[in-house]
Amino acid sequence: MSIELKNEIILEIIPTFRVQWEEVQNCHVVLYPEGMVKLSQSAGEIMKRINGKKSIIDIITDISITFDGADVKEDILNFLEVAYGNGWIRIKQ
Amino acid sequence: MATVGLESNSNQSKPLWLLAELTYRCPLQCPYCSNPVEMAKYKNELTTEDWIRVMQQARKMGATQLGFSGGEPLVRKDLEDLIKEARRLGYYTNLITSGVGMDEARIVAFKEAGLDHIQISFQASNEELNNYIGGSKSFQHKYEMARLVKKYEYPMVLNIVLHRKNVHQIKDILDMTIDLNADYVELASTQYYGWSRINIDQLLPTKEQLENAELVAREYQEKMKDKMKIIYVIPDYFENRPKKCMNGWGNIFLTIAPDGSALPCHAAGQLPGLEFPNVRDHGIEWIWDESPDFNKFRGTSWMKEPCKSCDEKHKDLGGCRCQAYMLTGDATNADPVCDKSPHHEALHNDVKRIDKLSGNKDFESKPLIFRNMKNSKNFTDKKTAEPI
Repeated sequence: MSIELKNEIILEIIPTFRVQWEEVQNCHVVLYPEGMVKLSQSAGEIMKRINGKKSIIDIITDISITFDGADVKEDILNFLEVAYGNGWIRIKQ
Repeated sequence: MATVGLESNSNQSKPLWLLAELTYRCPLQCPYCSNPVEMAKYKNELTTEDWIRVMQQARKMGATQLGFSGGEPLVRKDLEDLIKEARRLGYYTNLITSGVGMDEARIVAFKEAGLDHIQISFQASNEELNNYIGGSKSFQHKYEMARLVKKYEYPMVLNIVLHRKNVHQIKDILDMTIDLNADYVELASTQYYGWSRINIDQLLPTKEQLENAELVAREYQEKMKDKMKIIYVIPDYFENRPKKCMNGWGNIFLTIAPDGSALPCHAAGQLPGLEFPNVRDHGIEWIWDESPDFNKFRGTSWMKEPCKSCDEKHKDLGGCRCQAYMLTGDATNADPVCDKSPHHEALHNDVKRIDKLSGNKDFESKPLIFRNMKNSKNFTDKKTAEPI
C-alpha cells in the first residue's frame, strides 16, 4: 500500500487507533484493540501533529522549527508511508 | 529518523496489560472456557471501589491496555462506571464479551463512557451449533449486537475458539466475520487448559483438521489483507518448541480474578503452591514487584533441566507453566511441547490417541461437560467428578 504524499494533503488518525503520551514509557504510543506500539521520539513528534487539520507541509515546517531548522522532510515522508501502511492514518476527505 | 519500534520487554517488566475478570457469572456454558474449573469457589466479587483502586494503581505502573472480561462482564451493573473511570485514567479499554446481556442502549452508554473496543465471541457459524456449544440461544442476538457494534463505529474483534466440533466450519466462520465487517478476527484452537482440559477428548482438533484450517485461514488472510486482520493462533501441541507463554511470567500481563486474587496469567489459578495475593490486602506495586507468586517463574532462575542449560531458554522461557503442570504434574518442568522434555513423547502419544479415536461414533457421542456453576461445584467439592 502506498500513498502519494503531496504537501497540501491533510492527514488524520484512523478512529480505531489512539495516539497518546505515556509517562511511564517516556514515549508516544499507538493503541489499538489489545495492542500497543511504542513510537520513537521522532515518530511521536509526527504522529502527535496528525490531527485532521495540519497539512503535510505544516507538519514538516513545524518539526523542522522544533529541531532547529533541520532537513526532516524525507524522514517524515518515509515515516508517513510506514504509518499509512500500518493503517494508522488516512487522508482527510 | 528512526521509525517505529515494537514494544520491547527488556529488563524492567511492567504490567502493561491488565485483565479485569469482573465476574465468573456467565449466561453461556462453553465447554472450553478458560476460567478455572473450580470457579464456584470464587465468591465475594470485588466492589466498584476496589476495581477503581486497582485500575488507578496499575495505571500508575504503566498499564495501558485494560480488558474487561469474565465470565460475562456485562453482568456487572457498574460496568459503565468502570469504563468511564478507566478511560479517564488513560487506558485503552477493551470489552471482551459474549454479547449476551447487551442491547443498543448499553452500546450507546459504553460509547459515552469512552469504551474503545468491543470483542464478541461466537461459538460457530450457524445457529444450531453456536447455541449448543454456548448452551444458550444466543446466535441471533450476537449477530444483531455485532451489527450494532459496527453501527456505533467501534473497532470490532470477533473471537472464535476452534475445536473438533466446529473447525470444519472455518470457511463459513470467516465468511460470517466478513459479513459482520469485523476489523480483527481471532481464531484460536482449544488447548489443554481450564474447562477444555476436562473435555479435551471431545474437543481437540485432529492434525488433519488443523492443517486444513490453517490453509483456509491463510487464504482468507491474503484475500482480506488491508480490510480485516485475521489472527490464527496455531496450537503448539504438534510443535517441537513451546511458545513464550504470556510473553513471560510476570512480564506484561496482570490478571485480577473476580475475588481480587492477582495472577500472572488467567489460567494460573490451577497451579499448586501459589499464594494468590489479593488486591484487598496488597497494592499492585507490591504484588507485581515483590510478591512470591509474581517472582516464582519470572526470568530463568527457577528452571531445572532440560531448560536450565538450554541455549534457547530466553526465547521461550520454558513455555507454559500451566501446560507443564497439567501434563507432567510439576509446574517447574519444561513445557512438554518441547522435544527436549522427557514428557514430550507422552504428549504426542496423547494427541495421537485422540487423533485415532476421533470420528469414532461412540467416542464422539460422549457428553461434553459444560461450564456452569453446578458442574464447577461438583469439581470443587469432589475434585474427581464424573461427567454430568
